[in-house]
Amino acid sequence: MSSLHCKSLTELRGMLDEKQISAQELAQHFIQRIQTLDGALNSFVSVTAEQALLSAQQADRRIAAGEVNALTGIPLAHKDIFCTQGIKTSCGSRMLDNFIAPYDATVVERLQQAGTVMLGKLNMDEFAMGSTSESSFYGATKNPWDTQAVPGGSSGGSAAAIAAGLTPVATGTDTGGSIRQPAAYCGITGLKPTYGRVSRFGMIAYASSLDQGGPMARSAEDCALLLNVMAGFDPRDSTSSEQASEDYSAQLNVDLTGLKIGLPREYFGAGLDAGVAQVIEAAIAEFRKLGAEVCEVSLPNSELAIPAYYVIAPAEASSNLSRFDGVRFGHRCDAPKDLTDLYERSRAEGFGDEVKRRIMIGTYALSSGYYDAYYLKAQRVRRLIADDFQRVLSEVDVIMGPVTPSVAPNLGESLKDPVAMYLSDIYTVPVNLAGLPAISIPVGFAQGRPVGLQVIGKAFAESRLLNIAHRFQQATDWHRQIPPAFK
Amino acid sequence: MQWETVIGLEIHAQLATKSKIFSGSSTAFGAEPNTQANVVDLGMPGSLPVLNAEAVRLAVTFGLAINAVVNRRSIFARKNYFYPDLPKGYQISQMDLPIVARGEVHVEMDDGTHKTVGLTRAHLEEDAGKSLHEDFHNMTGIDLNRAGTPLLEIVSDPDMRSAKEAVAYAKTIHSLVRYLGMCDGNMQEGSFRVDANVSVRPKGQAEFGTRAEVKNVNSFRFLERAINFEVERQIDVLEGGGTVVQETRLYDPDRDETRSMRSKEEAHDYRYFPDPDLLPVVLGEAFIESVRAGLPELPQQKKQRFVEHYALSAYDANLLTAERELADYFENALKVAGCEPKLAANWVMGEVSAALNKAGLDIAHSPVTANMLGGLLARIADNTLSGKLAKEVFEAMWAGEGDADAIIEKKGLKQITDEGAIAAIVDAALAQFPEQVAEFRSGKDKVFGFLVGQVMKAAKGKANPAQLNAVLKQRLES
Repeated sequence: MSSLHCKSLTELRGMLDEKQISAQELAQHFIQRIQTLDGALNSFVSVTAEQALLSAQQADRRIAAGEVNALTGIPLAHKDIFCTQGIKTSCGSRMLDNFIAPYDATVVERLQQAGTVMLGKLNMDEFAMGSTSESSFYGATKNPWDTQAVPGGSSGGSAAAIAAGLTPVATGTDTGGSIRQPAAYCGITGLKPTYGRVSRFGMIAYASSLDQGGPMARSAEDCALLLNVMAGFDPRDSTSSEQASEDYSAQLNVDLTGLKIGLPREYFGAGLDAGVAQVIEAAIAEFRKLGAEVCEVSLPNSELAIPAYYVIAPAEASSNLSRFDGVRFGHRCDAPKDLTDLYERSRAEGFGDEVKRRIMIGTYALSSGYYDAYYLKAQRVRRLIADDFQRVLSEVDVIMGPVTPSVAPNLGESLKDPVAMYLSDIYTVPVNLAGLPAISIPVGFAQGRPVGLQVIGKAFAESRLLNIAHRFQQATDWHRQIPPAFK
Repeated sequence: MQWETVIGLEIHAQLATKSKIFSGSSTAFGAEPNTQANVVDLGMPGSLPVLNAEAVRLAVTFGLAINAVVNRRSIFARKNYFYPDLPKGYQISQMDLPIVARGEVHVEMDDGTHKTVGLTRAHLEEDAGKSLHEDFHNMTGIDLNRAGTPLLEIVSDPDMRSAKEAVAYAKTIHSLVRYLGMCDGNMQEGSFRVDANVSVRPKGQAEFGTRAEVKNVNSFRFLERAINFEVERQIDVLEGGGTVVQETRLYDPDRDETRSMRSKEEAHDYRYFPDPDLLPVVLGEAFIESVRAGLPELPQQKKQRFVEHYALSAYDANLLTAERELADYFENALKVAGCEPKLAANWVMGEVSAALNKAGLDIAHSPVTANMLGGLLARIADNTLSGKLAKEVFEAMWAGEGDADAIIEKKGLKQITDEGAIAAIVDAALAQFPEQVAEFRSGKDKVFGFLVGQVMKAAKGKANPAQLNAVLKQRLES
């Protein structure tokens, strides 16, 4: 029998219901692991041990009373981008190092009502801007598979904590790959739902038209259980979809015979690392064995995605981050001599380099005289990219390819060359621009570091994606691999 | 040189919704600072706007009322700038696709001439909060109660050629938005704000001159004065060989002048872009038609009806229809009284308006309700009361002594209309003034007035004046 921190949510549910373990003992187990092991990873910004034990106590009472649902007593942790009432929500920034929200994000509220036990808040790139989790004010998070490597980002704390068995599941957010890419780098499963599937209320905005919260876990099965609670219309978010959410666990075991998989030739081109390509091809072969049909497809505008993204996302960010002005909340400089000084120093001190870079890019792109050439043109490119996907997804059921062109780089490499870091999101960013759901699943290793396979589906096809991932995970055990240092 | 004035107005009408345009907070005026600001109004991280459907309905009501184009698809945009009372660092407004596009407003001037003013657009937006500079010892207080209050910004074409035209247009819009029940029109509390874009050009020149935007005008009187000052200022600048600078100027009512606030060089680049937190507003035909069906009768239609149906003069009809409440009051009183419309009109515009002015009340708070006035008018119409007695009864009603019939009963104010009784009073009075009667009979007509006065006095003002006059004449001439 595997140890407690390697178990699936279904296994934990069984143990809790059969009183083999209490929710308090379970929470205690993970808190202990965080306390002993996270020093090497820095995946948590805040550990909320006391509140966790209180929630676990309540969960135990519910379990004793038989008032149980799938997540009662299950420990989890939230990316520190989700507002949590009474607990610091930093967004990885000095700007919000003192920020305690007077409200819960809808995602947090729903998971809490489901009886989950929050262990703490997870590290991330500052304001979700980054692909390595190195831009956090709280220092870089490290990859449990190799602490010389980055865990990916921006949900790097979530991915690292799950991979290291410091929490069974976690929330993440994905604007240009921020769930899928760290999931791939850390060898776990992460789902970016369709834009509008999960409420953005209380999720601190980076790029509002692209941001989407989603579940991260070892397995697709656990992601489904989390998504069951996270998904659904929220009257507080005008962009959340009124389309009814589903029981995402119900279709997990559907047979894959006849599944049509499209492999975009643009995702297997020159930039793809040979080792990663080999692992991806092996995974595709596995799907063939499971009965799927595979064909080549084309997403011809893929190479325009990165430039379009780096206009649209910073443009929205430059506006979204204007509220951090030192007036009402967040960092305020000492002794401002006038209003301009208050703004300039509060923001200069509160924001890190990557955030400032994107605010400046976005401000420039929206400026009078440049708007048409940048923002409007980028929006047109976005339309082309969405059209590409729509055309291909009318011919095949899903699109598959690598999540990233290479495995996790070493710490520090990306800081020297931000544009190289931007390019590493080349396979994930188009999906956000099109608003589609996609899942990242661990499918092997290259150069000793995990490789993720991306499965992209039609809008609101989360059930199908989870089904495909689950069938693969029934046939393989890549998602059960544990980093040696965290066994 | 002959100069021509060119004026366009931007009117911000605060929409009479219960809650804010993007949050559930109350919009009531005058609450303790920051007690009506929730996480959305405060721009807290992660908070999101949700559009108030009632604000949309009111904006559509306005568009339909003036036959403007109501866009079936409109878009909210962010107007980005930093200011302490702007919590998010941007204002949610509309830019490329406003909810109301082109339209025309027909304005009637005081002299009865008509003027058509083009409407460029009317768009929905949120108000900012307030910065409070007093009482904080070199610091600034911020009250966000007003932040997120729904506004309809109504932008006219530069079609007005004098301050008087601008005021007439502003009053037309003011009357309209109150008729539609979409804005309380209170200029002092800032629920109806007028900014004027003013420029001058040599008469006959086709191009517009450089304009200045005049802000902070909180009454129609100040609007006229501010524009006139600004026109004079610009003409002085141009005639002195200078050039007008494009800028924003604040009107100072105490000194009756405009002062520069910021020039175009200091103007913000607002970096408008569609707000990704809000979906486009898409309006279906069924919705538009339901709003159209709910439109009330508008001032100009009502005025025309008053002229045609009640045979009132254009002047009277204009005054009575300036406010919907006043027009309703008139019609309700008339219905109860069943009298000549002109009688009711005279009373509403005369006694009632004078008493309201004196007490500083509006028609909705008149102590004499339309029903009460109607009861009084009925007693005038059936000759129970003379005009003089009616005024006495009105004063008693105003003082809260009850309705007309009760007061007439209590005070015994009923007019004497019995011929015999009047004849008795006349005879008794004439008996006391034989000399004057003789004088009259000898041809001194002037003494008639004296005798009327004496007879009225003897009747204690209660005799029907027409009958009394007739009896007196008959007695004197017999």
